[in-house]
Amino acid sequence: MFPFAAIVGQDQMKLALSIAAVDPSIGGVLVFGDRGTGKSTAVRALAAVLPDIETADCPYHCDPARPDEGCELCRSRAESQIPQKTEAMRVPVVDLPLGATEDRIAGSLDLERALSAGEKRFEPGLLAKAHRGFLYIDEINLLEDHLVDLLLDVAASGENVVEREGLSVRHPARFVLIGSGNPEEGELRPQLLDRFGLSVEVRTPQDLATRIQVVKRRDAFERDPAGFAAEYEAANAEVRDAILAARRRLRGVAVPDATLEKAAQLSIRLGTDGLRGELTLMRAARALAALSGDAVVGWSHLAALAPLALSHRLRRDPLDEAGSTTRVERAVGELAAA
Amino acid sequence: MAPLRPAAANDSALSARSETATAGAALWREALSAIAVFAVDPRIGLRLAARAGPVRAAALQVLHALLSDDIPVRKMPAGISEAALLGGLDLAASLHTGQPVLENGLIADTDGGVLVAAMAERMTQEAAGLVSLALDRRHISIERDGVSREIPARIGLVALDEGMEPDEAPPENLCERLGLWISLEGADPRGAADGGLDAEAIASARNFLASVRPNDGTIETICQAAMAFGIVSLRAPHLAIRTACAAAALGGRLSPSSGDVETAIRMVLLPRAVTMPPMPEAQDDAHDEPDDDGDHDDEQPSSPDDPAPEPEAPRDDSEIQPSQDMTVETAAASLPADLLASLAAMMRPPLARAGAGRSGSFAKRARRGRVVGTRQGDPRRDRLDLLATLRTAAPWQAIRRAERAPGAPPRLLEMRMSDIRVRRHRGKAETATIFCVDASGSAALARLAEAKGAVERILAECYVRRDRVALVAFRGTRADVLLTETKSLTRAKRSLAALPAGGGTPLASGILAALDLARSSAKEGRTPLMALLTDGRANIGRDGAAGRPQAMANAKEAARAVRACGIAALVIDLSQRPSAEARQIAADMGATYLALPRADSRALSEAVAAAPRGGDAARTRRP
Repeated sequence: MFPFAAIVGQDQMKLALSIAAVDPSIGGVLVFGDRGTGKSTAVRALAAVLPDIETADCPYHCDPARPDEGCELCRSRAESQIPQKTEAMRVPVVDLPLGATEDRIAGSLDLERALSAGEKRFEPGLLAKAHRGFLYIDEINLLEDHLVDLLLDVAASGENVVEREGLSVRHPARFVLIGSGNPEEGELRPQLLDRFGLSVEVRTPQDLATRIQVVKRRDAFERDPAGFAAEYEAANAEVRDAILAARRRLRGVAVPDATLEKAAQLSIRLGTDGLRGELTLMRAARALAALSGDAVVGWSHLAALAPLALSHRLRRDPLDEAGSTTRVERAVGELAAA
Repeated sequence: MAPLRPAAANDSALSARSETATAGAALWREALSAIAVFAVDPRIGLRLAARAGPVRAAALQVLHALLSDDIPVRKMPAGISEAALLGGLDLAASLHTGQPVLENGLIADTDGGVLVAAMAERMTQEAAGLVSLALDRRHISIERDGVSREIPARIGLVALDEGMEPDEAPPENLCERLGLWISLEGADPRGAADGGLDAEAIASARNFLASVRPNDGTIETICQAAMAFGIVSLRAPHLAIRTACAAAALGGRLSPSSGDVETAIRMVLLPRAVTMPPMPEAQDDAHDEPDDDGDHDDEQPSSPDDPAPEPEAPRDDSEIQPSQDMTVETAAASLPADLLASLAAMMRPPLARAGAGRSGSFAKRARRGRVVGTRQGDPRRDRLDLLATLRTAAPWQAIRRAERAPGAPPRLLEMRMSDIRVRRHRGKAETATIFCVDASGSAALARLAEAKGAVERILAECYVRRDRVALVAFRGTRADVLLTETKSLTRAKRSLAALPAGGGTPLASGILAALDLARSSAKEGRTPLMALLTDGRANIGRDGAAGRPQAMANAKEAARAVRACGIAALVIDLSQRPSAEARQIAADMGATYLALPRADSRALSEAVAAAPRGGDAARTRRP
């Protein structure tokens, strides 16, 4: 696994992913940009940084500490106070391959069982696998709209409901949805864009020195993966500690009214629809404050995260030349001056 | 004088023939060395553009010969299912035996070996995604009975690209991960030596590869070259470095020589070039006068190795696809001159850019939309129709029970694969609007801004409707496809902004170019609409020659061809006053006619939305 700390540049992407790791309720991260910029490497690397999770002995690797949020099996065990066997597992990162069917994503009738034992059993899909981890979708802009819709629904509700082929199943599926793609090949519908928490634009580094550094590190990693990982172990541990500390601090971070008002002013100035933008901005700012060890969310946190939380929510004329990130930055500048 | 002539002609014909022979042999040698590099380090990946035939068969034979016997080589058909790739239930066998029968996945079976994808340009997105994942992660995850396992899948991929049309290419996410892009077109294996390599030499180069290290100079040069070619992805330089190392291992060198680096640039970076670096000489004077042919020849460095110098093609390419960002271009300008010179010597027309992937009949099989019936199929690909399946199986039960081997345990239901019914859906047909814009001097110059405005307006509407758009412009002596079908507004906007104007009106060429796009779009199952913006005053014929009568006759022929193909069309008259010519073209095309002076942009986009679409059976049959 390529170490997270060894990723050159791409600070915005790393920030967005770290924030999602601190507060998964942020609602998914959209990473749009060129191919070969290490998008999927970053997601996998981040998951590898995180400590193993403790899981219950059930098909959905539920959290044994919170049976009320678990699957049916876990809840019934908790009710009848049957002790759970627990195991440790890596934070799952599930890839959703382009062309995956709805059956495979949501889960479907287990054909093998149906054929051999005549038993009607649910075969969990990719959503179940991603529970408590990350679901990564490359080229989300090429995915069919109804699948994106399904994914966003489940990501928002934390629960997957399957009603088909005589099955009626409901299971927890809380994951961080990470979608990536190249806008040159087609855009995501604005209705879907708005439902992602954060969005970042990644570009390949434009200067030669950085590009050389990226390629060199990749080469060194492939030559000796273990040795390379060992080199960055200390730096990776720092990232892990920062995220874990932020998770602990998160609940204690205060959001003063003045900050809330600023966030509202910013949203009004930009004319974003609905309250989702403000809410996400506030949550993300709180996670950032927790990450940087601040007890109170201030203007600096809002300003740093406004482009990530708002730029994809602007109602835009599709032919408007000015990039939305620029518009957000301009609004932030104006508000700071005011 | 007279008797000398034929002799001279003969001479040049002879030398031309021997030149093509040498060029064919050189291309073959190039292909051989690419195959050798791939055999040393299959992780680099190989995209082999060639039609099925003896030359490709010979190339694959060389590959087989270079790989030692313990390296598995497996073939991957274009329409392979996910179960066959990753492993899973063999449905037919399972139904027959009544026991779950598992089949091994092709990817896992090929671990440590080479997967040869046939007809890669028809590979489904699904398959391409799974293979890409295996290439990235070097293992695949398998779920079975709630247990996840990771199975090693260290494969090297050869994609056999048989794409013939410019828009036919293997899926882009796959091409991106394949380092060597080689075309066998024009390669001639006859009389060529085998390069003196055998499986043993490759095996020892493989062993040696671990001790080859790229020095800083190698990495820098390759990164510089990638930037100069406008290659955005950093995978390309990375794969180029692997290539340089493999080439060095073949030569027994501990670090890549400048020749190895050049090989890597030629095989990995050059075919992906988006822009050609500005040449040192070109900056002085030659650029302003593109018509001056004499200068062109002087510009090309005289290099004997240059396989096919085509100074026109690369420059046009950069015109059509304006460099993605200025920074890359300016960085290229600061490259060392000797590197630029050696890049110039390697120039040749780039291999077709990777495509979105074609999935043939599979893509046309909609997975959602209205249910319109059932058919026999695989329940893992389409939704199972349980009732229809049972209904099909029911009448056979008595016969099948009677057929069972005596003593076999009785089964409630005797099912066969052929009983299985899946639902058939009719998806919403996608539409594509193909703009064909007259950018000539005659009338368009004054009205081009308005025409652009109209196109932008329609584009915005298309964006809302999720239509695809394509853009053809004609001016001077020819028509250019500025934009192949895309859903990306960003790209459409950019190519529209870069649209230059002036020159003659080669209307026929414009219509024919747009017709080509419309037909390939219809072939993909979409319904195309051609929107022609012109004043109808053609004055350049199909052959590029000036002359109004001939040009008009050609244009009318082209218009009738559109009608014959059943492509729906819309003619938007750009002239100040409605022109008889444009009206005539519209009539020949069977198109709706609209005069721009009376049509505001809103009426225009409404017209596009409301225009009758081709592709419907009724229209296609129209004479």
